[in-house]
Amino acid sequence: MIPISWYLIFSAALFCIGLYGVLSRKNSVAILMGVELMLNSASINLLAFWHYYSQIRQAPQMDSQVFVIVVFAVAAAETAVGLALIISAYRKRQSVVANDLSELKG
Amino acid sequence: MSTEILLWIIPLPPLLAFALIVLLANRRNGLSTGLAVGGAALSWLVSLVVFFRVIGVEGLSTNPIGQAVKWIPTGDTWLKIGVQMDPLSAVTLFFVAWTILMIFVYSIGYHNFGQPKGDHDVPGLPPHGAIVKGAHGKQTVMSIEPMYARFFALISLFAFAMYLLVVSDNLLTLFVGWEIMGLCSYLLIGFWYAKESARNAAVKAFLTTRVGDMFLMLGLAALYSITGTLSYQEIFGNETVMHMLATSASPVFGLSWAGFIGLLIFLGVVGKSAQFPLHVWLPDAMEGPTPVSAMIHAATMVSAGVYLAIRSFPLVAAGWQPGLPLTLPMNVMAAVGAFTALFAATIALAQNDIKRVLAYSTISQLGYMIAALGTGAYVAAVFHLVTHAFFKALLFLGSGSVIHGMEHGVLHTGEHIDPQNMYNMGGLRKKMPRTFWTFLIGGFALSGFPLVTAGFWSKDEILSGVFTGGHLLVFGVLALSALLTAFYTMRQITLTFLGKARTTAAEHAHETPLTMTGPLMVLAVFATAAGWVGIPKTFPLLGGLLPNWFEEFVGSMVHTGEPAVASHSLIPLATSLVVALGGLLLGWQVYRRVDKADAADPMAEPLGPAFVVFKNKYGIDKLYQFILIRPARWLAETFTYKWIDKGLLDGILHGIARLGLLLGSLLRRGFDQPVISGAGDGIGRGTRELGANMRGIQSGRVQQYMIVAITVLVLVGLAFYYLVFKA
Amino acid sequence: MTSLQIIFLVVAALTLVSACLVVMTRRIMHAALWLVLSLMGVAMVYATLQSGFFAVVQVLVYIGAISTLIIFAVMMTRNVMEDVGPQSNRGWGLALVGSAVLFGGICGVLLTWNGMQTALIEIPAVNGENIQMLGLSLVDPMGFLIPFEVASVLLLAAMVAAIFLTGDIKRSRS
Repeated sequence: MIPISWYLIFSAALFCIGLYGVLSRKNSVAILMGVELMLNSASINLLAFWHYYSQIRQAPQMDSQVFVIVVFAVAAAETAVGLALIISAYRKRQSVVANDLSELKG
Repeated sequence: MSTEILLWIIPLPPLLAFALIVLLANRRNGLSTGLAVGGAALSWLVSLVVFFRVIGVEGLSTNPIGQAVKWIPTGDTWLKIGVQMDPLSAVTLFFVAWTILMIFVYSIGYHNFGQPKGDHDVPGLPPHGAIVKGAHGKQTVMSIEPMYARFFALISLFAFAMYLLVVSDNLLTLFVGWEIMGLCSYLLIGFWYAKESARNAAVKAFLTTRVGDMFLMLGLAALYSITGTLSYQEIFGNETVMHMLATSASPVFGLSWAGFIGLLIFLGVVGKSAQFPLHVWLPDAMEGPTPVSAMIHAATMVSAGVYLAIRSFPLVAAGWQPGLPLTLPMNVMAAVGAFTALFAATIALAQNDIKRVLAYSTISQLGYMIAALGTGAYVAAVFHLVTHAFFKALLFLGSGSVIHGMEHGVLHTGEHIDPQNMYNMGGLRKKMPRTFWTFLIGGFALSGFPLVTAGFWSKDEILSGVFTGGHLLVFGVLALSALLTAFYTMRQITLTFLGKARTTAAEHAHETPLTMTGPLMVLAVFATAAGWVGIPKTFPLLGGLLPNWFEEFVGSMVHTGEPAVASHSLIPLATSLVVALGGLLLGWQVYRRVDKADAADPMAEPLGPAFVVFKNKYGIDKLYQFILIRPARWLAETFTYKWIDKGLLDGILHGIARLGLLLGSLLRRGFDQPVISGAGDGIGRGTRELGANMRGIQSGRVQQYMIVAITVLVLVGLAFYYLVFKA
Repeated sequence: MTSLQIIFLVVAALTLVSACLVVMTRRIMHAALWLVLSLMGVAMVYATLQSGFFAVVQVLVYIGAISTLIIFAVMMTRNVMEDVGPQSNRGWGLALVGSAVLFGGICGVLLTWNGMQTALIEIPAVNGENIQMLGLSLVDPMGFLIPFEVASVLLLAAMVAAIFLTGDIKRSRS
């Protein structure tokens, strides 16, 4: 069957791609997309280890699955609030460029 | 009411009057008069009731009527406050009540009650008179005293203190009254406080008597620490206590404790009764209003001194019996008394101020009493105290009346003369007849005019007592001063009343109102009659006609017994006759021809330099000024103020302040500014610079932050991994 | 190589490629669509892990809700960013290097783990697809009831926040 290493490396690759998007994109919405990718990679990791753990225990364990549900909920909340912030900032400044929102500059 | 209750009541009305006047009636002259005189009259009435009740009591001297209540707890004993009436208190109370009442009544007229307010009168100065428009056009009349109510308040307090002193049954209460009187005399002598001389006189009187009071207090403290009580009865009436006091030796001069304490108390008496050398305050006390002079010099304060001397006589005379040599304290008393009698009489010869003459005569007469006491003539001393109080009060009030009449004349004529100088008077006999006759009686009593006057009997008794005791030197001195007394008294009468008026003011002098002459007449009665209660049994012809009540009554006080008067010699009697009549005659002869106000004193030439010495009062005042007051001033102003206070103490203070300042600035410059401030400023500056340097990092760009965060995370993670897990 | 392995590799490759396009394409709308494809691939990966339930939830939540939201946001803000200038920061090179280093680091760390080559075999299911167990544990007070409820409160708060931030309350009130 599929070794766990595949899943882990896949998730790491997805995470780094998401991270690159977060760091390099100008558009706030695009940054948010990168964040979604990173969250998904984390969920993959969680489920992969859930499978591994249950396999060792010879019975399905619920802890990791609940974690995944919480991550889903957090992702949904994060997206909702993040997009609302972006819309709000856009209304005030007519811009969605993250670097333009630098009033807190020292 | 029982006698004890009445005794408690006696001092209270004047105190109540004082409080009421001060608190409520100080703006209302009529009410003040009513309160003060009413209070004095009430005390007088109660005193007389008490007096006449106690004189009939048998054995009063050994079992006096009295009552005491506990006052101050002192460890296991109590200081008590109480009242007591024994023969000595009774006779003292009698003359005190009469003189005080008379002085109160007299004060009404003296302070011009009922007269208009003065035009330019200010509080603190005698009234200057007021201009009124009457039937005869404009004229100047006497004006009312501006501080009328104040005078009556103070004199009421004075009366309270005197009554308290007399009815007291112990030395402590006596001392309280004694000191209240000291305060009152200060306030009353300085009554016209706007006059500098009055202020000085008040301070002088207060400080001089304070010297004596200091010794008195030492004496009382010693007495209390030895016997544990201050009650008369428990000390003087207790044989064992007296014996213990008389036999135990004190650390001073080889005296017994009794003698030593007696001497200390006597020093208090010297201050209060103006004996040499503390007599200087009394003549100056004439600066007060004349009723005050009478109050201080006749009725109260000086009498209080002699009263205390008589009270403490058992201490002084402890171990002494008639016929034995005198104890040391008695010798001191006799010497001081006799010397003072002569000394003051000589000064009185050369004084021109009518009140000053009387002041010195008072000192002289008090010397008589002290000398009599010192030689053991106890009853004679008490007798002279009583008669002297009457005739001296009479003389003072009479002189006040004369001055008043003269002031009237001065106001009328507008002359600028001293209304108290006898040389400005003359011929007042016709202008002021009531004053003249009463003054004449008083003067004759003072001189010891034979048979009819009280002064003759008491003075004769002193002389015979001294003579019988065998103290011939004292006798000689007293006889000489008696001669001088008669002489200066006649000088005074002659200059004042006889002959012709030497100034126009004297011509216009006017008899004083009845409130002033009334008391004079009452006192004149006593100045004659008071002597008849003490006529010696052995007196030629008259002896035995009247019982010698006084000696029986008062003599019972002295347990040692009187010297046997059976061998009554005629020498003292003859002496007193000669000196009295001779002095009077001489005085009249010498002074009747003085006809000008600025005439030289007829005695100045024959006496020569001695007269100058007398006139200048032996220079005692100047001596004190030189040896006491100037050093004291120097001590106060130069030494204490300039050197110690300004120089040393202020120097130390300034030094401390400067040192503190120096230390402060040193710390500020050396520690506070560089270290504390520097650290504070440095932290602030460092923080600011750090912030300024670091602000570049704070770009406000989220992604930059994230790069930094992840970089650090990676680096830390790697380091953690390799250093912790792999290690 | 089993068929499942082949499917995984294909799906993984598809997912990674579409993820790369998400972060690199210039058109933001295209990026959003590529994101949908990428999320779809992740859902398939879930399915290979015996987690069919999460695959369904992934499709419903991510593709159905979040992607729709993102597309809405892109459409609302598109006019200012539409194809104007570069879509990347100046520091994109640094970000690339950083991401690559991180990937290398993660892989390096993972390869030191002993259980890395464990093959994931089928877990014996107790009651079908474990969904019943999951549901019971979520409502079990001794299980995960409280985290579940806290998550729901979090969602509620996010909803309120989103309404407050975007629904122009001040203006509508005046």
